[in-house]
Amino acid sequence: MSKFQFPKSIASRPVYGTLAPRPGKAHLMIADAEGAEALLDLAAQDVGLMAKAHILYIPRTTGQAYTDRLRALEPAQFYVGPSFDAALPRLRRVLSDAHMGLQVYLAGTEGLMGRAAAEVAAAGIPLGAVQTEHRGSVARRMQCVHCKGITEDVTTDPFTCSHCGLNLFVRDHYSRRLAAFQAVCIDAEDPGNVPEPVELYK
Amino acid sequence: MSAAPQKTKAGAEKIEVIVSAVVPVNELVTRFEFQRPDGAPFPPFSAGAHTVVEMNDAGRTRLNPYSLMSDPADPGTYAISVRRDDQGRGGSLFLHRNVKPGDRMTLSYPVNLFPVDLRGRKHVFLAGGIGITPFLAMIAQLEKLGARWELHYACRNEALASYADVLTARHPGKVRIYYDDRKQAIPLGDLLDGQPLGTHVYVCGPKGMIEWVHRTATDHGWPEDNVHSEEFLAPQPGKPFEVRLCKSDMTIRVGENESLLEAMERCGVDAPFLCRGGACGQCETDVVEHEGEFIHRDHWLEDDQQASGTKIMPCVSRFVGPTLVLDR
Repeated sequence: MSKFQFPKSIASRPVYGTLAPRPGKAHLMIADAEGAEALLDLAAQDVGLMAKAHILYIPRTTGQAYTDRLRALEPAQFYVGPSFDAALPRLRRVLSDAHMGLQVYLAGTEGLMGRAAAEVAAAGIPLGAVQTEHRGSVARRMQCVHCKGITEDVTTDPFTCSHCGLNLFVRDHYSRRLAAFQAVCIDAEDPGNVPEPVELYK
Repeated sequence: MSAAPQKTKAGAEKIEVIVSAVVPVNELVTRFEFQRPDGAPFPPFSAGAHTVVEMNDAGRTRLNPYSLMSDPADPGTYAISVRRDDQGRGGSLFLHRNVKPGDRMTLSYPVNLFPVDLRGRKHVFLAGGIGITPFLAMIAQLEKLGARWELHYACRNEALASYADVLTARHPGKVRIYYDDRKQAIPLGDLLDGQPLGTHVYVCGPKGMIEWVHRTATDHGWPEDNVHSEEFLAPQPGKPFEVRLCKSDMTIRVGENESLLEAMERCGVDAPFLCRGGACGQCETDVVEHEGEFIHRDHWLEDDQQASGTKIMPCVSRFVGPTLVLDR
C-alpha cells in the first residue's frame, strides 16, 4: 500500500493531492520509488499524455520494480537516475529550455516533491500550479535549525542530527525554499533527557 | 482578521486637483492631466492603479474609475485618458464636454487592482482599444526596471489607435498593433506558446477579449496565477426597486438609471466602496432577507456566493422583486 493519509496539521505543512491530466504543451513528471504508481495511474487517465511527457524517475530502493512499466508508457523522454542530485543538472536544463504551457507533475516521497517543487518555482512556475501526489515512504527531509545541516529520510521522532549530533524534535514547520521540515533540539534545557524515539505517525 | 485602520468615510482618501491640460488624442479619446493646486507632489502609485474621478454634474455626483496612464515616476502629474461613450451613463460625456483646463476637481487616492507581478520573467500586455491606458504606466515602470515586456494592441483602425504612434516610435520591436479594419487579430495561441517559463500575461479591454485570453491561456496550459485582467463595469440601468437598509433603518428606492450604491449615497448612507466597477470587493454587502431575483454583475463574488442569495455588490448588481433587506 503506497498511499498514506497525513494527519491534518499547521498551515506550513504541505498537503498533496492526486495527479490529474491537465491541458498543456509539454508535461514534466518527476517521481521517486512508489511515486511511479501515481504516474501509471495518471497515464491511464489520458492515453495521449505520454507522447508529450518527459519523465525523470529515481527508483531508490524499489530497484527495477517500476522502470520497465514506466518505459512501457512510451514517454517522449525517459530518464532513470540514482538520486535527485544526480538528476538535478538535467532538471535545471529542462526547465531553462521550457516554455509556458509546461505542466509539472510530482509524485513520491515528500523530500523528492519538495526539492523538485523548489526548483520548479525558482524557474518561474507558481507553486499552486504544480500538481503533487504522495506515494511510498513517509520519511522526512529535516533541517537542523542549529547547524543547518539536512538529514534525509528521517523516520523517527526524536532523531539525531547527522551533522552536529544534537537530539532533534521533528516539527511540521516547513520551508518551501529548503524543501525541509524544521527540527529543533529536544533536550537543550535538560541535556540527556531525550524521550524514546517513536516511528513517525505511529 | 485585518488590522486596517477604520476610516471615517467610505472610499479612498481624496485629493483636490486642478485640471492642467485637456488634450484630444483622437475623435473619441481625450487625455486629462491633473496637478495639485499647491504644486505638491502626488502620492506615489504603482502601474496598473486607477483613480476614482468625482464629477459634479449639475448637482448629481458622478464617480467613475479611470486607470492612471502617467509615468509612476512623475509625482507632479496624474493623467487619465477617457473614451467618450455616447451610449453610457454620462460620466465620460461630462468629462469631454464640461471639463476645462483650470477646473478644480476631486480624485481618489490611487488604488491598484491590476498590479504588475514583478516576479515575472517577462510581461506580455494585451490591450483592446482604450484598455491601453494601464499599460502606458506599466511600460514606463518596466522600462525603468529594465524588465522584459512586449505589447500587443488591437484597435478598430489607425485613426482610433490611441498612443499607437508614440508607442511604436519609442519602442520599436516591442509593440505590435493590430487593426480590425485590416482584418488583423492578435495571434493569441502562437503568442502564448512561445513564451519563456515565468512569463505573465495581462489583458485589459472588452469583456469578450478578457474571457478569450483567460480561456485560451487555460487551454494552453498556463497557470491561472500568470494571467491578469482588469475590467471596470459601468452599472447598467434596470427596473427601479426598493431596498430596506436595516442598520440605517430606512427604506430607499433605487431608480432606473442609478446603481444601488449610488442610491444609498443619495440617501446619505455612508456605504463602503473603492472601484465602483465590481472588481475590488470593498462594497460587498450581506443580504438579510429577499424575495425575488438578484442580477449579479460583479467579478468579485464566487459563483456559489452569487447563487446563495446572501451577498450583493451594490456598485454594479441589481435586484428584481418585492423584498430586499440588506445589512447596511
